[in-house]
Amino acid sequence: MSINRRKFLKIAGASALFGLTGASAIEELLTTNAEASVSPGPEALTAKRWAMVIDVSKIKTKEDYEKIIHACHSIHNVPDIGNKKDEVKWIWEEEYENTFPGVSDEFIPESIKHKPFLALCNHCAKPPCVRVCPTKATFKRPDGIVAMDYHRCIGCRFCMAACPFGARSFNWRDPRPFIKEKEENKEFPTRMKGVVEKCTFCSERLARGLKPACVEKSNGALVFGDLEDSNSEVRKVLSANYTIRRKPEIGSGPSVYYVIGGNEHA
Amino acid sequence: MLEKALTGSKRYWTWIFILLAIIGVGFINYLRQFDYGLGITGMSRDVSWGFYISQFTFLVGVAASAVMLVIPYYLHDFKTFGKVVILGEFLAIAAVTMCILFIFVDLGQPMRVMNVILHPTPNSILFWDAMVLNGYLFINLIVGWTTLTADRKGVPPPDWVKPLIYLSVPWAVSIHTVTAFLYAGLPGRHFWLTAVMAARFLGSAFASGPALLIILCLIVRKVSKFDPGKEAIQALGKIVTYAMFANVFLLGLEFFTAFYSQIPGHMHPFVYLYAGLDGYSKLVPLMWMSTILAIVSLIILVNPNMRRKENMLAFACVAVFISLWIDKGFGLVVGGFVPNMFERVTEYWPSLPEALITLGIWSIGFLVLTILYKIAIAVREQTASWPELH
Ligand code: SF4
Ligand code: SF4
Ligand code: SF4
Repeated sequence: MSINRRKFLKIAGASALFGLTGASAIEELLTTNAEASVSPGPEALTAKRWAMVIDVSKIKTKEDYEKIIHACHSIHNVPDIGNKKDEVKWIWEEEYENTFPGVSDEFIPESIKHKPFLALCNHCAKPPCVRVCPTKATFKRPDGIVAMDYHRCIGCRFCMAACPFGARSFNWRDPRPFIKEKEENKEFPTRMKGVVEKCTFCSERLARGLKPACVEKSNGALVFGDLEDSNSEVRKVLSANYTIRRKPEIGSGPSVYYVIGGNEHA
Repeated sequence: MLEKALTGSKRYWTWIFILLAIIGVGFINYLRQFDYGLGITGMSRDVSWGFYISQFTFLVGVAASAVMLVIPYYLHDFKTFGKVVILGEFLAIAAVTMCILFIFVDLGQPMRVMNVILHPTPNSILFWDAMVLNGYLFINLIVGWTTLTADRKGVPPPDWVKPLIYLSVPWAVSIHTVTAFLYAGLPGRHFWLTAVMAARFLGSAFASGPALLIILCLIVRKVSKFDPGKEAIQALGKIVTYAMFANVFLLGLEFFTAFYSQIPGHMHPFVYLYAGLDGYSKLVPLMWMSTILAIVSLIILVNPNMRRKENMLAFACVAVFISLWIDKGFGLVVGGFVPNMFERVTEYWPSLPEALITLGIWSIGFLVLTILYKIAIAVREQTASWPELH
């Protein structure tokens, strides 16, 4: 508390000196954007529009789900705060009826109705979150990934109101004490209180030539690739299976597809 | 002119110190929030806006309602409003001040607020809202101050201020329209995604703002020698009546669309607010209180014999104000978040620190209002015997 108060006084003093504008500008100069600083090397994976297909029939046990979710949350230092109010999550389980509200019907097989689905950011083609952000702290990259700049975000949470998929989390409090020490990934930035975060489609791994962590741990249930490349793996799965997307009627153009049936992939 | 706020009766100073004390409590709680984060409030991942943003929304309306005086007085030369127009403009200043503070305390990273200007983003409605709100504050400060200064000197206000006064009319409409667009343009939030949102905002604004002004006029008359005039108050009462009817009518349209179409997504927020959903019903008593107050106020307001009795009018105005405060300063924002994007219900209720910070900001608003009114009244008392100037 005393350190924080001292810090507050310091910040307050500095902003009085520079005016708030100066203070924000200086903060931006001093902090480097950890994601931007991962410059893509020659081995980087690139695409015109990254997309994911999730074949839920291939994720069978509770452990399968946990493995996928844990893979993401541990390498991205997603805190486990332990209460629903302050919860931060990038990828998680939701039942079919909740993932696709209005689509579910009482007569569909029980096995599907209560089947857990994986929910994550859809990296929408026309992302409402980007449209509403007053600082460009959330923005769409040329490869379709909707990314975040944690150092620019003012924490207004307009993007959370705008996202039709509930994909965004806010740091209601300092997340760092809730990252298990031995699990912390020093190569990925931790976040501070007061900013919004979400799935990044593992842009930092793509830059190093790696597929997303959840895809890697999914035993082939999650497929990742370029939607605009007709030879890509995602396109092959999409042309061989009936897939659905969440709330397509909204027109945001989700890049995450779901296979329910469970045909063998072409 | 500021020095006029520094002399006052014992009652004046007691009131000022009460306000300062509440502001102090609010500020201490804000420091706690600054230190701990917004988790100190009742907001959550599912209901990510709460009391702060809803107070902001409500107060934008109060601020915008100053045009209900400016239009008749300056555009139609309605002399009756000669004495109250300054009270309306000063109320707008206090309300916008509160709006800006409510946005500020809602930010997760308040020290970065200037990023909105450093990285201007015209596609964001919040960017425009920040622009129009500050502009409106500026316009009202200049207009209010110049007209009052002119008044004190016993001369008509300078010509250059006229265009600003005219500009304030569309500007007032813009602040509330832009604020409605914050909500009305979001896909996936059925409760907010409605074309009549801006219209309803204006309707409720033109009812709640003048209702507050009537109450303030009656207080001013009690505590000072300055009388805003019986007719002015009655004229305001008519404005409240029409605006309240418009607001209730527009709310009725929302109900019709939701329940006649029977589209579940459209019905759910209304069901949650007025009847409870999936066993969650925290807001139901409040929403019904709002409804009952609205009905009671309309019965009084629509009846000229009742409306003409000032104590009845005052009662109706309090009812209008509370009813609309619940509707817009609470239900509107929470309703948009319930149920969440997964059709699950997470309820919201403000925490104690959140309520105290909110109260602190309201007190800042009342402090600004008190000081401005004190000055205006002192000038008016001085010039009371002089003939009407404009
Ligand atoms: S899912 Fe939500 S957060 Fe992700 S891009 Fe779409 S609107 Fe933005
Ligand atoms: S919370 Fe951050 S990312 Fe979201 S809209 Fe506000 S500034 Fe942009
Ligand atoms: S793509 Fe990466 S960031 Fe997104 S859910 Fe998978 S592991 Fe997490």
